[in-house]
Amino acid sequence: MLTIQCPHCGVQAEETELSPGGEAHLSRFGPGSEDQDFEAYLFFRENPKGVHFERWRHVHGCGKWFHAARCTVTMEVFGTYSAQTTEPPKALRDKISEKRPGWTWRDIA
Amino acid sequence: MSTRLSHGGRLTDRSTPVQFTFNGRSFSGYAGDTLASALLAGDQMMMGRSFKYHRPRGVVSSGAEEPNALVNLGQGDTHEPNARATTTEIFQGLKASSQNHWPSLEYDVGAVNAHLSRFLPAGFYYKMFIHPRPLWKHVYEPFIRQSAGLGKAPHPEARDPDTYEHFYAYTDVLVVGGGVAGLQAALEAGRAGAEVLLLEQTAHWGGRTPVDGGEIDGLDPDAWIEKAVGELEAMPNVRIRTRTMGAGIYDHGYVLGYERLTDHAPGQPGPRHRLWRIRAKQVVTATGAIERPLAFAGNDIPGVMLASAVRDYLVNYGVAVGDRTVVVTTNDDGYRTAIALKRAGLDVPAVLDAREYGGGALMDQAKEMGIRVETGRGISKVKGGKRVTGVATCGIAGSGALIDEIACDCVAMSGGWSPVVNLWSHCGGKLFWDEAQACFRPDTDRAPTGADGKPFVTPAGAANGYLYLSETLSDGAVGGRTAATATGHAAGDAAVPETSAPVEAAPRPVWMMPEGAPYEYRAKAWLDYQNDVKVTDVQLAAREGFESVEHTKRYTTLGMATDQGKLSNLNGLATLANALGEEIPQVGTTTFRPPYTPISMGSIAGEARGSVFQPLRRTPMHDWHEAHGVQWEPVGHWRRPYCFPKAGESSEQAVHREITATRDSLGLLDASTLGKILVKGPDAGRFMDMLYTNLMSKLAVGRCRYGLMCSENGFLSDDGVVARLDEDTFLVHTTTGGADRIHAHMEEWLQTEWWDWQVYTANVTEQYAQVGVVGPNARKVLEKLGGMDLSAEAMPFMTWADGTLGGLQARVFRISFSGELSFEVAVPAGQGRALWDTLMEAGAEFNATPYGTEALHVMRAEKGFIMIGDETDGTVIPQDLGLDWAISKKKDDYIGKRAQERSFMDNADRWKLVGLETLDGSVLPDGAYAPTDGKTRNGQRNTQGRVTSSYFSPTLGKGIAMGLVHNGPDRMGEVISFAAADGTTMTEARIVNAVFFDPEGKKQNV
Ligand SMILES: [Zn+2]
Repeated sequence: MLTIQCPHCGVQAEETELSPGGEAHLSRFGPGSEDQDFEAYLFFRENPKGVHFERWRHVHGCGKWFHAARCTVTMEVFGTYSAQTTEPPKALRDKISEKRPGWTWRDIA
Repeated sequence: MSTRLSHGGRLTDRSTPVQFTFNGRSFSGYAGDTLASALLAGDQMMMGRSFKYHRPRGVVSSGAEEPNALVNLGQGDTHEPNARATTTEIFQGLKASSQNHWPSLEYDVGAVNAHLSRFLPAGFYYKMFIHPRPLWKHVYEPFIRQSAGLGKAPHPEARDPDTYEHFYAYTDVLVVGGGVAGLQAALEAGRAGAEVLLLEQTAHWGGRTPVDGGEIDGLDPDAWIEKAVGELEAMPNVRIRTRTMGAGIYDHGYVLGYERLTDHAPGQPGPRHRLWRIRAKQVVTATGAIERPLAFAGNDIPGVMLASAVRDYLVNYGVAVGDRTVVVTTNDDGYRTAIALKRAGLDVPAVLDAREYGGGALMDQAKEMGIRVETGRGISKVKGGKRVTGVATCGIAGSGALIDEIACDCVAMSGGWSPVVNLWSHCGGKLFWDEAQACFRPDTDRAPTGADGKPFVTPAGAANGYLYLSETLSDGAVGGRTAATATGHAAGDAAVPETSAPVEAAPRPVWMMPEGAPYEYRAKAWLDYQNDVKVTDVQLAAREGFESVEHTKRYTTLGMATDQGKLSNLNGLATLANALGEEIPQVGTTTFRPPYTPISMGSIAGEARGSVFQPLRRTPMHDWHEAHGVQWEPVGHWRRPYCFPKAGESSEQAVHREITATRDSLGLLDASTLGKILVKGPDAGRFMDMLYTNLMSKLAVGRCRYGLMCSENGFLSDDGVVARLDEDTFLVHTTTGGADRIHAHMEEWLQTEWWDWQVYTANVTEQYAQVGVVGPNARKVLEKLGGMDLSAEAMPFMTWADGTLGGLQARVFRISFSGELSFEVAVPAGQGRALWDTLMEAGAEFNATPYGTEALHVMRAEKGFIMIGDETDGTVIPQDLGLDWAISKKKDDYIGKRAQERSFMDNADRWKLVGLETLDGSVLPDGAYAPTDGKTRNGQRNTQGRVTSSYFSPTLGKGIAMGLVHNGPDRMGEVISFAAADGTTMTEARIVNAVFFDPEGKKQNV
């Protein structure tokens, strides 16, 4: 059972306090968008063995959504950050590079 | 025979006799006995029958690993199956019975299976019973169910009278296992200042060491253990618990502990079991080691036992398992049993040592005591049926040629020791194969890692493969220091206690005895006692191509019983490796899964049972409903009145009465459970336009509008009336079950997509009580209360107003879900009951009739209003329901709009909502499908429609229904047939408009 720190309230939250929200940093495609873009936005998801960025909500806590960078193999949590951003912060990406040299995720590295 | 000796038994108190029964027969033991030791003391060697062949089985071990001695405990409400006699402490009045026998333990009909054993090989059930299929259900399955299976589940009506609880604990260092290694680890971590929690699964500290002997710091083990426990108890930063098993290790230092508080002393106050939900920064697994059985013919005959168990019963309980015990061993430890028996004055006719040159100091000691030692020797076959009568000995290397026969009534076997690596492995710790000791050991370079990516489990002592006393203790110290340091506590470097114990010679791994055993021996050499898996079964699986250990396990069921193969796994692996011509590490192990031994369902449930299982949400009028004969319907966590039957009335009659009274005069509905969410802020209108398909931003203050919400996938997810309270504020009504979900939906979009929009949401569902005042006299009763102008001119349909009604601060919505003149009155929750009582009193002259959800459903269906969850199921878009009028064409975007532009949704050729009227006036079965010609690709009948709601309408005096029918609106007047649940009985129904009652809306617009 994971523990993940909520970056909003600072609590080291138990997994039972959290609800998962799937992949982070999806770009919304609305009316007028191409079928392929909309399909990818709605249905296509990364399923990496290793570094992953995902959304969590501190649902039985402060109620805020946030992002977490996690290793899907070892369950290591590299860090958490605000949901109100379109990409992982540089400092976090650098930290991941130290631990998992050469990692990539979508077009992020 | 097995018997209690006149003296001895370090764990028993001979001054306190304890009476109990086994299979109805009275037995007497002493306080401190386990059920197994007390039964052995009463010469009850046979304790059960095996799973498949119903062979007589006796106890084989003395601890948690026991595969055979499974018993039923208690009766009636406290009945519990599959308890291990070896870990059950006896108490006055204990009732135990054996399992898997019929009609009795001594005379079992199913034992005939044993004579068929050549015909019941591995995979037998798969191969035999697959054809012909019809025989399975009526012939094979009943027979197998009668003859297989272990304990019986408690009666379905039985209610566990005991209580259970969960307990959360946080600690720096958790030490699992209270043997000498665990004690030393806890001492080191405790002295370093770390918070320590130490768990021991048995009732006693010190593990095996007091039985095995040796000296620690010049003390005998019992004295050293007492001193160590005393020091731990004195440390304020250390908590210690016996009878508490470390059940499983999970991600990020989460560990489950299973404490058995009153199993040994029923009637004591407090919970029976406690589930510890532990979050530890570091875990030390000092879980010890388990002795392996040896695979020789007849190794399951009662009286064949692990050598360590024979020693345990002797030293701990003063019980001699037999008068004449032959010891067969592959290592020096077996000699300890021979020596202990001899010292107790019992006969040890021989020690058969598989090693060509025998062992070390312990062998010499045994010889000095006059014990006959034969090296390079093994057992080819055990003689006896329900009890050992002797052994045939043979050379270890050959095919079992008889050397001599030795009469005995007990065989003590030792195939070497396997570290208990279960907990280490639960969360990803890896193993390596130690060739010299012939066992898997934790690979500490590949430990389980935590949230920070660093190791959080340290194995210690015998569990780490350090099997001898001196190295066990020093490794325990290393484990404790490692864990303390990792939690930021400086570990000391005090000297580890000095130990003295005989030096032991290297063991010789023996996976089959003799090593060239012919088929008839191998077919009687058991690997997994509980699931009846023999050497030949694993060899057959290998021949049939099961090369993966995981496949072989499932095919043969090796290690899949309630003991999870604690005794059988390694022997089975080695047998498979030999059959495949591979090395053991190449074959690998199966996965170790928690819990280590079974834990009670009660402990998992904890306090969450009965009314505590799930919170019950009550409206402010709940007590009134209860006092007036309500029939409840659960809706989410709420209880809503389904109807209010009067004396002698069926619920159907009550529903009809409620509808008629409402349509004729006045009905009252407790609508408090309706979801109420405030959406407020400068961007609230913009946000509402994204949430709803409607153009909510243009809703005038003071007005109400019915709106639809979709998922981003386009499907209808909720509906309800929105009121605009002021320029910046909307009050959103959701379905009863939808309030929390829709509030979360709003927050998700606000926080993760439109986070720069200035909008605040609040779920105020429970802040208000709400009453639907419905029927031709609705206005009159409210006017009687007085305080607000509710005339048609002042308050037209789909408006709301704040005011005072009968002295209560109220908000009145003029909306209708029934087609009647209708007001919904909201008051602060604390005033809900007052409002209800006032309305009932004022409404008496109008026959004010409270109605429930069923009347609500029927009335809305009469009007053709949809219900989320009936007309929608996650595949339905608003356009399917003829709700195009509620979808704004003026907006660029709303959640779900892009999805609804997809070709298969933006398409007339779909199942759409219509009314359905049976030709004979009957009520269509809810959910019935209308079959049509042809078959699907799966060979099922094609369908052209489905009933989504179906009721008897008392207003119209006939059955009415709504349904989704392929291109339904274009087929008005057509008759199609719906199939009942039997698939053949058909009912014809005409496709009609879904609005059955008052299509012009004359009744609500007054
Ligand atoms: Zn939080």
